[in-house]
Amino acid sequence: MADQTLPIAGALDLTPTQHRPRPLVEWLHEWVITVDHKRLGILYIVYSLFFLLVAGAEAICIRIQLALPNNHFLSPEVFNRFFTMHGTTMVFLVGMPILFGFANYLVPLMIGARDMAFPRLNAFSFWLTAFGGILLYYSFIGGFGLYGMGNAPDVAWFAYAPLTEKPFSIGHSVDYWAIALILSGFGTLGTAINIIATTLSMRCRGMTLLRMPLFVWLMLVVSGMTLVTITPLTAAQAMLLIDRYLGGHFFDAQAGGSAVIWAHFFWIFGHPEVYILVLPAFAIENEIIPVFSRKAIFGYPAMVAASVGIAFVSMGVWAHHMFTIGMTSVGNTFFVLSTMLVGIPTGIKIFNWLATLWGGKIRFTVPMLFSVAFIFQFLIAGLTGIMLAVAPFDWQLHNSYFLIAHFHYVLVGAIVMNIFAAIYYWYPKATGRMLSETLGKWHFWLFVIGFHITFDTMHFVGLLGMPRQIYTYEPDRGWGHLNMIISIGGFIQAIAVLIFAWNLIYSYRKGKVAGDDPWDAWTLEWATPSPPPVYNFATDPIVNSRRPLWDLKHPEDPDWKYES
Amino acid sequence: MSAIPISPVAEPWQLPSRGRVAMLSLIIGECGIFTIFVVAYIYYIGKSLSGPTPQQVLEIPIFNTVCLLSSSVTIWLAERQIERGKMKSFAALWALTIALGTIFIVGTGFEWHKLIIIDGLTIRTNLFGTTFYSLVGLHATHVIIGLIGLILILLFTLTGHINETHSERIQVWALYWHFVDAVWIVVFTVVYIVGR
Repeated sequence: MADQTLPIAGALDLTPTQHRPRPLVEWLHEWVITVDHKRLGILYIVYSLFFLLVAGAEAICIRIQLALPNNHFLSPEVFNRFFTMHGTTMVFLVGMPILFGFANYLVPLMIGARDMAFPRLNAFSFWLTAFGGILLYYSFIGGFGLYGMGNAPDVAWFAYAPLTEKPFSIGHSVDYWAIALILSGFGTLGTAINIIATTLSMRCRGMTLLRMPLFVWLMLVVSGMTLVTITPLTAAQAMLLIDRYLGGHFFDAQAGGSAVIWAHFFWIFGHPEVYILVLPAFAIENEIIPVFSRKAIFGYPAMVAASVGIAFVSMGVWAHHMFTIGMTSVGNTFFVLSTMLVGIPTGIKIFNWLATLWGGKIRFTVPMLFSVAFIFQFLIAGLTGIMLAVAPFDWQLHNSYFLIAHFHYVLVGAIVMNIFAAIYYWYPKATGRMLSETLGKWHFWLFVIGFHITFDTMHFVGLLGMPRQIYTYEPDRGWGHLNMIISIGGFIQAIAVLIFAWNLIYSYRKGKVAGDDPWDAWTLEWATPSPPPVYNFATDPIVNSRRPLWDLKHPEDPDWKYES
Repeated sequence: MSAIPISPVAEPWQLPSRGRVAMLSLIIGECGIFTIFVVAYIYYIGKSLSGPTPQQVLEIPIFNTVCLLSSSVTIWLAERQIERGKMKSFAALWALTIALGTIFIVGTGFEWHKLIIIDGLTIRTNLFGTTFYSLVGLHATHVIIGLIGLILILLFTLTGHINETHSERIQVWALYWHFVDAVWIVVFTVVYIVGR
């Protein structure tokens, strides 16, 4: 009976590898041709962090422009390009790739596999995604073709028709937008297929579906959502290209086409997309909160059920983005109610996290600080979400800065916070070094304070009537001071992010050596050395409970005695 | 070295084939693309501002449809042959599948030729043209991709590189072909029955 072991001590070859100096070309070549899920995960994350800085810089330019009334820091054309590129970049080149990067790195480790199900498809997906991102930014140079100045997309991230049709958007900027996103969409699709196949077919012995770490569960749900969510966008963009290049009439009102159907197609993608971004944040939360509360997650089956529930409900709420476009009262009522329904599974999650914290021995390390801030901010984002779900309220405040504040509370307050938490938590695993706690705390506090200065205030300018995407405003509107405060908050966040970037570089060389399991955690990735070897596990692990490392560390009181 | 006891009942450990899971995932994704094109087609039925209309120009491609749908049967028979290791009859049935698929795609070519040259319906003529060529063209693209896969497999079979150990991979590709056929039932219903 006691002849099965986890590959902790002795099972791995721990002799340090010989570091001989290698030419830079050889080192780069290794990274380009790699099919290792860990390297690809890191590539995804580095790629997204780069674009996080780019899109952050765009946001700062937007905030400088809006800080004062009648300002002319940017030209109106550049302003339009910047808010379009900020939104598109943050969603498609930062949010999705970074979360799939974490999935790539962690899913095989957490389920005790040696790699993804299809390593080469994995590499192909990454390079496709990367090419999409580069193509999007190439539009700054090539948007008008060879004969004119450069011109990036300036149609907002949802690219409503008929503005995107040929007569209204001449040049190639919209084509860059569509083609770049179709390409990175195929990359995302490939990764999603890969994650599904990996979680379903590559689990180590004993890792039943209900023993998988919640991180893996949520990534499985996210990948399933991606399959049915990215593809409608791809289809709609293909239609847009048919209109623009082949003279089709899908969104051409002159020939009987409908601009509203673009809005439907876009938001059929666009709303589940928000959940594709936020479920990985929940996934990260599900790993970090138990470890730093020293308790097993509260209500594991309820968490799984709630995640699947969110995935289903999120498919039926898209038209709440379209209350102001005009629908029948039946349509309005349906989408109000379905949107409010999302509150139930998300509420279950928040209560489960609180119950996990309750009575725990909480350690306020940097990842935990970000996670706790997440719960608080995500709750507020959810509450303003319920306000906006009420159609008459939405008629007043749709496309105002209140809406911007709401979704930035989700995207920054919840998702970006959790991305930071995840990097602080898993950086030791990926590099073998701890990130500096001092710099981390500076990063956390500056970022949280800056975040609240910016986005709390944004609710109020929204309530005062400031619409989104306006280039500038008159001084007598009374928005000037508030906008200045919002911009100051933006700068504080930018400083925090620069501290974070410095921390990543500094700790890589000078950080404390982490060891295999610096947080005393319970999932399988901490059973490998830091950084893990190419093959992950020398012998295939065998799992008997949801917390295999707990069982290993506490043979007198293993979890599997309590899990049926 | 700490040893942990495994739980008393040793469970049998069986996981689904990764190829099959991945192909099913791809098919679910493809369904998303087709759904949007089908919805657009249905939404724009009768909304064209000028002719020609589907009633005037479309003919029901019954022969094509019979060919494509029966190719699903022949590929299924081929799958059974390779499982039993009968490579000769596998190759024959596989080639028959390719022939049926090719008849379908050539038939679509003739249909489009008639529509474009005789009836003057192109993708820019009206909404019917836009939605018709996109939806049927999207399906035809999938048939062509499917055929390329089928032909490659036939070539490998004829050169002796495929035997019964590959039957699972063959079945994964056949799954895609079944999907292409199943989508045709939807496209056929929407375009030639509901839309006409």
